[in-house]
Amino acid sequence: MAIWLTKDSKVIVQGMTGSEGSKHTRRMLAAGTNVVGGVNPRKAGQTVDFDGTELPVFATVADAMKETGADVTVIFVPPQFTKAAVVEAIDAGIDLAVVITEGVPVHDTAAFWAYNVAQGERTRIIGPNCPGIASPGASNAGIIPADITGSGRIGLVSKSGTLTYQMMYELRDIGFSTCVGIGGDPIIGTTHIDALAAFEADPETDAIVMIGEIGGDAEERAAEFIKANVTKPVVGYIAGFTAPPGKTMGHAGAIISGSAGTADAKKTALEAVGVKVGKTPTETAKLMREIMSNR
Amino acid sequence: MDLYEYQGRDLFERHGLPVLAGGVATTPEEARAIAERLGGRVVVKAQVKVGGRGKAGGVKLAEGPEETVARATNILGMDIKGHTVHKVMITVTADVAEEYYFSYLLDRANRTFLCIASVAGGMDIEQVAAETPEKVVKAPIDANTGVDETKAREIVSAAGFPAEVADQVVEVAVKLWQAFVAEDATLVEVNPLAKTKDGKLLLLDAKVALDENAAFRHPDHEALVDQASVDPLEQAAKEKDLNYVKLDGEVGIIGNGAGLVMSTLDVVAYAGERHGGVKPANFLDIGGGASAEVMANGLEIVLSDPSVKSIFVNVFGGITACDAVANGIVQALALLEQRGEKATKPLVVRLDGNNAEAGRAILDGANNPLIQRVDTMDGAAERAAELAAAGV
Repeated sequence: MAIWLTKDSKVIVQGMTGSEGSKHTRRMLAAGTNVVGGVNPRKAGQTVDFDGTELPVFATVADAMKETGADVTVIFVPPQFTKAAVVEAIDAGIDLAVVITEGVPVHDTAAFWAYNVAQGERTRIIGPNCPGIASPGASNAGIIPADITGSGRIGLVSKSGTLTYQMMYELRDIGFSTCVGIGGDPIIGTTHIDALAAFEADPETDAIVMIGEIGGDAEERAAEFIKANVTKPVVGYIAGFTAPPGKTMGHAGAIISGSAGTADAKKTALEAVGVKVGKTPTETAKLMREIMSNR
Repeated sequence: MDLYEYQGRDLFERHGLPVLAGGVATTPEEARAIAERLGGRVVVKAQVKVGGRGKAGGVKLAEGPEETVARATNILGMDIKGHTVHKVMITVTADVAEEYYFSYLLDRANRTFLCIASVAGGMDIEQVAAETPEKVVKAPIDANTGVDETKAREIVSAAGFPAEVADQVVEVAVKLWQAFVAEDATLVEVNPLAKTKDGKLLLLDAKVALDENAAFRHPDHEALVDQASVDPLEQAAKEKDLNYVKLDGEVGIIGNGAGLVMSTLDVVAYAGERHGGVKPANFLDIGGGASAEVMANGLEIVLSDPSVKSIFVNVFGGITACDAVANGIVQALALLEQRGEKATKPLVVRLDGNNAEAGRAILDGANNPLIQRVDTMDGAAERAAELAAAGV
């Protein structure tokens, strides 16, 4: 069953005809994702060939949904146009919008998030600046490499792209139900807590790996949530223990300001609620391996 | 990007907010010229991106140009919490009757913006917030509806601003919000927002942070970057679209993906504890692509840091296959040699993921004595730290 993305998901791509969009549409198709079309108002009515799969291009998300029954959109449009693309997806009432685009101004993200809240949060937004979501063996929406791991019963939620891949690789023999890359921006549509809640409710997930990084207090809030709501075992990893304050480490949100947002504070908060936190990705994988082998 | 106070003051002025007349000086002579232009008594304020400068002696009154020169001479070059003062701002003075606090900022936890306002502003606002939180109003601001006059009146009334300044605070609140949005700021903080003895409202300090992701719609923001304080290696990396942060250790780090690189810094620091305390020399994320050219550019930057004794290349082949990355490394070393910048530091390479076996075979086949292959992240970090410790 996995969370949010299953083999029955019908996926469209906003920005499918751009270079990143077309590259990853091809990869998503190769991973077995049911991609049913793309959106580009200037190329509406055309089709695009992806190694023998002809995908129609629609003028709007609403048109694409009407014609194909799509319930997931993956957004690759450039940062200048991302806000409009997400608002369009929200207006169309799509279930899931995965925003891959990096470099979106935070005022734009705040605006589309506030708009989504005002519409009753009908649309789940993942990202921006994220690798997407993959339910191995079922569907892949975004840029997570599909061949790292097969399906299994671990759920993974992570702020970081390549660390997600690293963890999937470390535990590839056990496999994952769903891997969600929520992104490292200051404002994101799906949080650790959202993913923890969904994994807790998912009968096909037995245990959860949570990867965080410096900046903000999302991990501390996730710890509170775990204490009150999560019965499945959770293993954590935090990147940035040695990052100096005041330096932004690649992700717009990864900055330690004042005494807030340090890796140590996050680790302490997680351990206080019984989450085992690994010192390195490999050690973290080992902790999860022990949990899964004792089941 | 955090702005200096004088840059924030200028920004406020451009958006029609009431600030004091003034100017910025890098030398005592420039300070004299500003004092002469302003006339009378002035304030000389150290320009540093850190709080507590008043208590550190970085803010002084001066009666006329001569005293301004003396104050500026004293303050320029001063060290305030590790920040050297390179600029002073000179402004006219204000007869302050009351000090308030007002700010807009990004509220990550609630995924919205926040207004913080208090009538108990001034130097001790943090203490006020901690000891008497009821004196500090925190109002969430909807990104799409923002702060109009109605919203501003709500805030002003909730914070208990005195009736005689309420209209002025409302006007400041609306204009400050407009500036916050128009400039793509993530923080605008005014402390103090002062009421003068003749009842006028003035923004006496400016703390502003701008969103670098929004640079594409603010070509003018580029000029606000303080070139003097930008590390030359960071500048060179930026020109090549590389995400590089200079740190103070000995192990050069190159990796793909911000999270993995941050994690690499940690792993190297842990390993360094066992090898003479060596530390990571930098953060460098070459992104998902990791082509030969990008790898060469990255290596060039890291190798040009004289404190680097060894380099750890940590790549997880996700979208990019490891054989392509391995070719990139080998070609990058050849490319550097062609550029006349032959690498001389040992390179510990860890490749994992997509096509890792093929990538490792390419590295082994290159027969380059500088390249050492270690196949686990923890093991490679250990080796890189050991080599750096030996090379120190």
